[in-house]
Amino acid sequence: MATKSQPRVRVPATAKAGEIVEIKTLISHEMESGQRKDADGKPIPRKIIHAFEASFNGKVFFAATWYPSVSANPYQSFFYKAAETGEFKFTWKDDDGSEYAATAKMTVA
Amino acid sequence: MVSRREFLQAAAAAGAILAGSGLGPLGRVAAQQRLTEESLLAFPSFGNATILHLTDVHAQLKPVYFREPSINLGVGEARGVPPHLTDAEFRSWYKIAAGSADAYALTSEDFVGLAKGYGRMGGMDRIATLIRSIRASRGGDATLLLDGGDTWQGSWTALKTRAADMAEIMTALGVEAMVGHWEFTLGEERVKEIADALPFPFLAQNIRDNEWQEKVFEPRKTFVKGGARIAVIGQAFPRTPIANPRWMIPKWEFGIREEEMQRQVDEARAEGADCVVVLSHNGFDVDRKMASRVKGIDIVLTAHTHDALPDVLKVGNTILVASGSHGKFISRIDIDAGGGRLKGFRHRLIPVFSDAIRPDPEMAALVAKWRGPYEADLGRVLGQTESLLYRRGNFNGTFDDLIAGAMLKERDAEIALTPGFRWGATLLPGDPITFEALANATAMTYPNCYRQQMTGEQLKTILEDVADNIFHPDPYFQGGGDMVRVGGMGYRIDVAKPMGERISEMTHLASGKPIDAARSYVVAGWASVGQGVEGPPIWEVVAGHVAREKTIRLEPNASVKVVAG
Amino acid sequence: MTMTSAGITRRQAIGSAAIAVFAAALAPRLALADEAAVAAELKKLYADKPMTEGRIKLDVPQIAENGLVVPLNVDVESPMTAADHVKAVHVFADGNPLPQILTYRFTPESGKASASIRMRLAQTQTIVCVAEMSDGKLYSAKAGVKVTIGGCGG
Repeated sequence: MATKSQPRVRVPATAKAGEIVEIKTLISHEMESGQRKDADGKPIPRKIIHAFEASFNGKVFFAATWYPSVSANPYQSFFYKAAETGEFKFTWKDDDGSEYAATAKMTVA
Repeated sequence: MVSRREFLQAAAAAGAILAGSGLGPLGRVAAQQRLTEESLLAFPSFGNATILHLTDVHAQLKPVYFREPSINLGVGEARGVPPHLTDAEFRSWYKIAAGSADAYALTSEDFVGLAKGYGRMGGMDRIATLIRSIRASRGGDATLLLDGGDTWQGSWTALKTRAADMAEIMTALGVEAMVGHWEFTLGEERVKEIADALPFPFLAQNIRDNEWQEKVFEPRKTFVKGGARIAVIGQAFPRTPIANPRWMIPKWEFGIREEEMQRQVDEARAEGADCVVVLSHNGFDVDRKMASRVKGIDIVLTAHTHDALPDVLKVGNTILVASGSHGKFISRIDIDAGGGRLKGFRHRLIPVFSDAIRPDPEMAALVAKWRGPYEADLGRVLGQTESLLYRRGNFNGTFDDLIAGAMLKERDAEIALTPGFRWGATLLPGDPITFEALANATAMTYPNCYRQQMTGEQLKTILEDVADNIFHPDPYFQGGGDMVRVGGMGYRIDVAKPMGERISEMTHLASGKPIDAARSYVVAGWASVGQGVEGPPIWEVVAGHVAREKTIRLEPNASVKVVAG
Repeated sequence: MTMTSAGITRRQAIGSAAIAVFAAALAPRLALADEAAVAAELKKLYADKPMTEGRIKLDVPQIAENGLVVPLNVDVESPMTAADHVKAVHVFADGNPLPQILTYRFTPESGKASASIRMRLAQTQTIVCVAEMSDGKLYSAKAGVKVTIGGCGG
């Protein structure tokens, strides 16, 4: 049985203006590819997270579309050029319509 | 303890036995008389610091015989150059006389005869004596002892104590940093548990946790020795999760990580290192390539492929050192380093002739302490061998023929597969086959002997895949190790061909018929990297076989036809 | 066939032993994509627009340690300004059941067009990466990943 997807993020708490910071995200998810068959030989339906988005103070700065070849428990890292203090928001969209989210604050000195 | 006088008597006897193989008996004795502890230690100190390298001991606490390979093919740029030379070609390259102590230690020529004269090599108590003596003459604060890994696996005591014996012994020896490969077959938790408790660092720049991509071990450490700042970067065996069970290290990722290696070298230089050393378990050919691409490394202490080279090999300004295996050798490198650079060096590969070196009493006591609870097991005589039993070499070794033969009989299989490990001590004709001798060739944490059906096509896929891991012309695709050994089946291999085309003429030996791609064969094997493999441990299978056969006599194995290219 | 007295059954049942001794080599083959499938996906995206090799650093292991989690790092050289930046990156594989792996959308706020993820690879194959710049130019890069059965090392 699938457990509830749990996002985790690693963002620096502070940054200098103009600094390019690395953001690392992880979410627990089986990423069922739709290519496998169960014990009776019936295809197991696809259920993946197909979209990921990262925004800062409401503005999207990075987005990804994922296909079934992305590994289970998807890890995604990327960058952001710090300009002002504010909040990151990360969202993951599941094939089943559910949406998962995480936020993180960053202070820019 | 063997006195020097007794040793010389034994050597004289050996000289008589070996008359006619190059050096006359008198010449032989004369040569051997120079084999004293003093002569082994002879080294005019140079520069300001001494680096000592010991590697691939494979948990051998006692002196052993270890026959070097008679076939060790190089491919691509490594063809026909060290370490891919054997016997007469090796001697000719390094100007070593036939029948000499060096010839015995470094080649397989006349191995049985020379072994009787020169005796076993290695032993932790002998190694301790040499290291203690070098430290005393050089000054402890000018000496750096590094362990290249494959230290915690290869003996019954290391398996049973889950390397607690090796951790204590290497600590007592005064190791100052180590790296690893077979260590990881103890599993993530145990490796961390031992590494965290050691008084010296377990270095590895190329291991990451696969969750956040963070380093699992300290990547490097700088030591100040004789005033020289020596930066040591650890490089664990990059292919561990492929060559060994990945399920034992599920959270760790490896890889060569050349760019990160360059970053480590650059950081070390920026911090003012006078000498940058890579303590590597890449394997020689991988190190040779890495040294040509990563700039600023002064010394690579190589390991994994068990090569013992009497001289360093230079790649640009980088020196490659190869220190052998099973405790047979220690490398001593004296360096003159300062002002941010290595100004000069002197090197010697010191052979550990156990009969010529006094055992260190403290280390001997420590070894006895760890072996004590297992002595009855270790000493159990299973049978006797009339043939030389060795493993090392690209294709079937006689010890592997014994293991494969045991699997065919005991597991009633048509074909047997036994891995091309490079570890495992040698037995001479006439030696008893003790349980310890068997454990030295089989003791590991995934020993189950499986029995299953495989089609001819699947067998071909396996042979091709393993061959590509050894004979791929690009060293970064090589995994080290030797070719999987096969019992019950012959084949032809053309090492220079690409993957999928190397293996041909696969023949089922019992029937003399070609292997049918579509037919299923009953195959027995061990050391599968898969999880949940069922079957008895391989040492039980072989012990049962030896006990029934009583005397082991093996015919030369001609079932693999090798085309060197 | 006789049984021995050694306590080891010479003929242990094969049934349950049919496990993953050499998993990758012995796994049944799926219907997989190929180079043509990757080309078809690219054509859908960019018709026959020309592509230049370069500007992309596609970092994948030469040998996969685990076909289920193969690290993939893409880094595209760009000043990442409003006037000149990387808009999109597409990654494909020519030996998986589906050719697509992912698409990234970058903005100048990304600071650099660089991202890491982990992917599944069914077999030895080639990874193809295409980057679309803000001026519409396309760049491409390729890298092979070997998926091996392993074992027998050391």
